[in-house]
Amino acid sequence: MPERGRLARLMRSEGVWLFSRSPAAILAAIVTVLIVAGALMAPWIAPTNPYDLASFSLFDGLLPPAWEEGGDPRFLLGTDDQGRDMLSAILYGARLSLSIAAMAMAVALVLGVGLGLAAGYLGGRFDAVVMRIADVQLALPAILTALLIDGISRGLLPRDLHDDLRIAVITLAIALSLWVNFARTARASVFVERQKDYVQAAIMMGQHPLRIMARHILPNIVGPLLVIATVDLASAILLEATLSFLGVGLPADSPSLGTLIRIGMQYLLSGEWWILWMPTVFLVVLVVAINLLGDFLRDLFNPSLR
Amino acid sequence: MLKVDGLSVLFRHRHGATTAVEDVSLDVARGEIHGLVGESGAGKSTIGAAVMGLLPAAGEITSGALTLGDTDLRALSPVEAHRLRGKRISMIFQDPQTSLNPLMTVEAQLVETLLAHEDISVDEARARAIALLDEIGIADAATRIRAWPHQFSGGMRQRVVIALALCTNPELIIADEPTTALDVAVQAQVLDLIRRLATKRGVGFILITHDIGVIAQVSDRVTVLRGGRVVEQGPTPRVLGQPGQPYTKALMAAVPPLDRRLDRFRLPRVEGEREVPGSADAAREAEDWLMAGTGTGPGPALEMSDVTVRFRGERRGIFGARENFTALDTVSLSVRPGTVMGLVGESGSGKSTLAKVVAALVRPAEGEMRLDGAVLPPMGARRRSDPSRRIVQMVFQDPYSSLNSRHRVIDILGEPLWLYGLERDAGRRARLARAMLALVGLDATAAERHPHQFSGGQRQRIAVARALLSRPGLLLCDEPTSALDVSIQAQILNLLKDLQARFGLTTLFISHDLAVVRQMSEDIAVLKDGRLVETGPSETFFAGPAAQYSRDLLAQTPAVRFGMEAG
Repeated sequence: MPERGRLARLMRSEGVWLFSRSPAAILAAIVTVLIVAGALMAPWIAPTNPYDLASFSLFDGLLPPAWEEGGDPRFLLGTDDQGRDMLSAILYGARLSLSIAAMAMAVALVLGVGLGLAAGYLGGRFDAVVMRIADVQLALPAILTALLIDGISRGLLPRDLHDDLRIAVITLAIALSLWVNFARTARASVFVERQKDYVQAAIMMGQHPLRIMARHILPNIVGPLLVIATVDLASAILLEATLSFLGVGLPADSPSLGTLIRIGMQYLLSGEWWILWMPTVFLVVLVVAINLLGDFLRDLFNPSLR
Repeated sequence: MLKVDGLSVLFRHRHGATTAVEDVSLDVARGEIHGLVGESGAGKSTIGAAVMGLLPAAGEITSGALTLGDTDLRALSPVEAHRLRGKRISMIFQDPQTSLNPLMTVEAQLVETLLAHEDISVDEARARAIALLDEIGIADAATRIRAWPHQFSGGMRQRVVIALALCTNPELIIADEPTTALDVAVQAQVLDLIRRLATKRGVGFILITHDIGVIAQVSDRVTVLRGGRVVEQGPTPRVLGQPGQPYTKALMAAVPPLDRRLDRFRLPRVEGEREVPGSADAAREAEDWLMAGTGTGPGPALEMSDVTVRFRGERRGIFGARENFTALDTVSLSVRPGTVMGLVGESGSGKSTLAKVVAALVRPAEGEMRLDGAVLPPMGARRRSDPSRRIVQMVFQDPYSSLNSRHRVIDILGEPLWLYGLERDAGRRARLARAMLALVGLDATAAERHPHQFSGGQRQRIAVARALLSRPGLLLCDEPTSALDVSIQAQILNLLKDLQARFGLTTLFISHDLAVVRQMSEDIAVLKDGRLVETGPSETFFAGPAAQYSRDLLAQTPAVRFGMEAG
C-alpha cells in the first residue's frame, strides 16, 4: 500500500463521507465559518471602527438599512443614534461574544474533563465530593453564579481594576456554569471505559494512573465531549448575551451582541427596528448553526442513531 | 415450506460493493432443522437476515427467489413484511442477555407479544404464556413467569427467548448462533428443546452456527457455506458421514477431539492452502530478542495457597448486613515451571477471578501467592515498579476490548518496551514491534493501522504480541479463543502452543472447553463455585477423573461423532 498523507486519509474518512451527505451540516458549517471569520477579522473588514467615537457623525444617526427608503449605501445595515455603523458594531460585538464564549468553553472543558476523569477513575471519596459540588453548581442558575462572582469581585477589587476585569469575570461565570456537563459526561464515560480490558491491561502492566487517564481513556471518550463542547459553545454565546442584556456582563462602551440587543430594545417601539433586529437575527443564526453542527457531530459519534 | 432459490446479496459501501452471498439455494420443510454452517464471513447470518427481510440498509438482494408457502417474500410491501415477521417467521438471537427487556417481567413480555398478534383477553394470553413456558421445560411455570429476566440463568433465558419466538405459532424460526453464548451442558438442553419443538410442533428451523458439532447433534439437513457460496448440501448424516468436498472434511477435522491429544490444532483448510502469512526472517529478530531476555530456561513456578476472594454484596435493607459473595474459596494451586495448567469450570465458577488475582486486578481477602518462591504481592500491595508487573502478562478473552482502539498497533506494541525500560531507543522499539508482528503471523503493514481494521483473530494475535513484548515468564490466558470461530481458534491456539514450547512460558490457560484444554495443557485444575474440585496431570484426568463433578463435566461435553472417522 502506498504511503498516504494525513490529509488524504482524512478526506477518505467516514466523517467526511457522512458530512458530504448532510446538507444541513454543510450549510451550518458554512454559516459558522463565515461568521467566525468575519468576527475574527473585524478590524480589517468592518467598514468603520465602532469604538472610535471621532469617526462617526451625529448627522448619520438613525439611518435605516441601505435597501430601505432613506438608507445610505455607506451603512449597509443602518446606524444607531450616534451614527455608528450597525454592521461594524455587530462584527466587533460578535468578536467579543465569540472570544468570551470560546474562553469560557476552554476553561469549562479543562476543569470539567479533568475533574470528571479523575472522579470516574479514582471513584470513592474524591468522586463523591466532586459530584456533590457539581450537584450544587447545577442547582444555581448561571445568572445567579454570574451575579455572585460579579458581586464578590466588586467587593474585593478596587473599582477601576474591577472594570478592567469584567471580561474575565463574565468568562469565569460562564465557565463555572458549564463545567458540570463536561464533568458528568466524562465521569460516566470513564466508568464504562474503566471496565474494558484495555484499561485493565494498562492497570495490570503497572502504568501510571495519570498516563492511563490521559493516554488511554481520554482519547476514547473524546467523542461525546466534543459534541457537548459544540452545543455548549452555543449556550455560552447565549449566556453571555443574556448576562450582557441584563447589564451584569459587559459595559456599554465595549458592546457585545447582548449589549447591542439591550441598546436596541430602547428603539423597539420608536420605529428604528434595525437597531434591535440586526444583532438579534445575527445571534440566532449563529446559535442555530452551531447547534446544527453539534447535532451532526452527535450523530457521527453515536452510530446507533445513524 | 421455505424455498430459497439462487439468492445473491450485495453490500454497498463507500469503497464499492461486496457480494456477501452468491447463488445460494435451500429448502426447509415443516419440522425440519436446516443447519447453515461455515466460518465467519461465510454469509450465514446474511442469508437469515435476507429471509427475515431485515437486511441492513446497505445490503440488497440482487437476484433469487424467496418463498414461504405460497407467499413471495420479495414481493411484500414493508407493512406486509412487518406483519409476517413474528407471525410466520420468528428469530432467536445469540445473546439471551440482550434479547429480553430487563425492565419487564417474563410474563409481561410474553403477554405483550401474544396480544400484539392475536385478539384474545389478557387472562387467556397469560394462560397461554404459562402453557408455553411449561412446554419449553421451565418447572413451576405459573410462579416462575413472574420473575425478571435477570433472575433466570443464561440457559433459562434462552428458553424464554424461544418461548417468545413460539408465541405466534410461526412456521419458521431462524436461530442465529442460539447456543454460542451458553455453557456446554446448557447448550445440550437448548438443542434438545429445539429438536423437540421441530418434531412436535412441526416448526421449520434454520440453525445458523459456526460449530459443526452443533450441526451434527441436531440438524436434519445441512448447508456448508464458504465465502458466500454453497460448498455442500444434503442430509446431515450423509454430508457429515461421507463428505464429498475436501472443505467439509477439513471443517470437521478442525473440531478439537476430546478423546485424544494432538500435536497441533487442525485448520479447516483444504490441502495446498497456505496457513499463516509472515516471514521467518523478520520473526527471527523478535525470537532472538525474547531468547536473550528470558534465557532458554523455563518460566517461573506459580504457587497459590488458600487464596480466597470475596466480593462485597448488596445490603439487604438499610440496617441489614451485606451479603458478601465468595468468588474463590481457599484455592491452592501450583503451576510447574514452563508448563501449561488448564483451568476449567462452568461460567461463574471463578476461573477469570483467579487469573485476575494473579494479575493484581482483583484483591484477595486471604491467601498467599508465590512466584518462583518469592512472595507475589496482591493488588494494593503490588507496586507499579514491582518486577512481577513485567513477568506476569495476560491475554484477555475479548480481543475487541483489550486493545485501545485509538492507538495504532505499533504504539500498542511499543508500550511494554517503553514502560519496562526494555528498549530505550524509539527506532529499535519500532523494529522489534514489527518483528514481533511477524512472529505472531501478521504482516509488517499491520503496524501502522488501528485495531478496528483487524478481524477478531488478528486482534488476538496483536494481544499475544503485546504480552510477549514484556518478555513475560508467566502468561495468563483467559478464554483467549471463546470469542472466535473454529479456524481462528485453531490458529491462535497453535500460535500459543508454539510460543509456549519455544520460550518455556509458564501458562495458566482458562477455558470452558474441555477438548481445547486437553490439547493445550499438561496439568488441569477444575473449579466449581469458587472451590477447587480436582487437580492433576491432564492425561490422568482424561483417562478417568477422580471427582464426581469432573466426571459429570466430561460426560456433558458433547463428543462429536461423525458417521466415519473424521479427517
